[in-house]
Amino acid sequence: MNKKLLIPLVVFIAIAGFLFVGLWRDPREVPSPLIGKPAPQFTLTQLHTPETKLGTSDLKGQVWLLNVWASWCVSCREEHPLLVELGKAKIVPIIGLNYKDQPGPGKQWLLQNGDPYTTSVVDADGRVGIDYGVYGVPETFVIDKNGTIRYKQIGPITAEALEKKILPLVRELQKS
Amino acid sequence: MRFLAALAVPLLAALATLAPLPAAADAVPTVTDPVAQGRAVKLSEKLRCLVCQNQSIADSNAELASDLRGQIREQIAAGKSDDQIVEYMVNRYGDFVLYDPPFKPTTILLWLGPLLLVIGGFFVLIRNLRRRPAAEPTLTAEEQQRAARLLAGDNGKTNQ
Repeated sequence: MNKKLLIPLVVFIAIAGFLFVGLWRDPREVPSPLIGKPAPQFTLTQLHTPETKLGTSDLKGQVWLLNVWASWCVSCREEHPLLVELGKAKIVPIIGLNYKDQPGPGKQWLLQNGDPYTTSVVDADGRVGIDYGVYGVPETFVIDKNGTIRYKQIGPITAEALEKKILPLVRELQKS
Repeated sequence: MRFLAALAVPLLAALATLAPLPAAADAVPTVTDPVAQGRAVKLSEKLRCLVCQNQSIADSNAELASDLRGQIREQIAAGKSDDQIVEYMVNRYGDFVLYDPPFKPTTILLWLGPLLLVIGGFFVLIRNLRRRPAAEPTLTAEEQQRAARLLAGDNGKTNQ
């Protein structure tokens, strides 16, 4: 058989291969430039105790999760049961960033769906959200003892992401 | 009727205060300086909105885009340069926010890929052209006689 006839076939298979892989990739998942960088500083009011503030400096020395949520966020409901489980297991502190929400509906939402958070802080104008490059709530960051962002989950946490990526990473970071 | 009208006025007034138009808040220009406003528009046209990825921050109605437009205006007012503002966005959202991505190792294929395809195409074209037989086709004696007859106008039919 003429070898030249194989060239279009090879090109076709290569293109089909790329397109096939592309079917399972989420174009909304844009790699964050913040991974490996220090987590942006913030000092924010706490949702349940507005008279006290919580800042990134208070969390130094421990591994923690930052979960961006809002009462208006539909896909937050999707991941919430997993977070509640994780909160009960007390493996790692989960700080909720109540993003562009109002305290009333925010608290109500936690009452209805369960509150997995060590505490939630209020980012009413979304400014801290911008500093963290948030563009699709929910988002979850894994932050290490030195305050460096190690992982970012864009969109709801899935059981698979939790078991295979987030928890192993948290355990590894807690050991170091 | 009069009673209804009297009732309607405070009701309408109450409604108006209850439902401020959310779009109106966004449309109020916080920068009155036309030069700064022009810069803000130019910058927001260069940046991609990550929520609706095929629109610029200037075009998008997404809330994040509106927040980022606000950030741009605020930073211009604070005296930041265009480069500093673009850097601010890239630090948070990555090169993906730029419609004109920088030339660096991770974007080399993006920038040079089309050029490589064109060069490859020319290479194949030149090779094929060279290989094509350039010599004139040779005719048999019989064909030559027929050609001569045709050229002389004697093809057995009347010319028109």
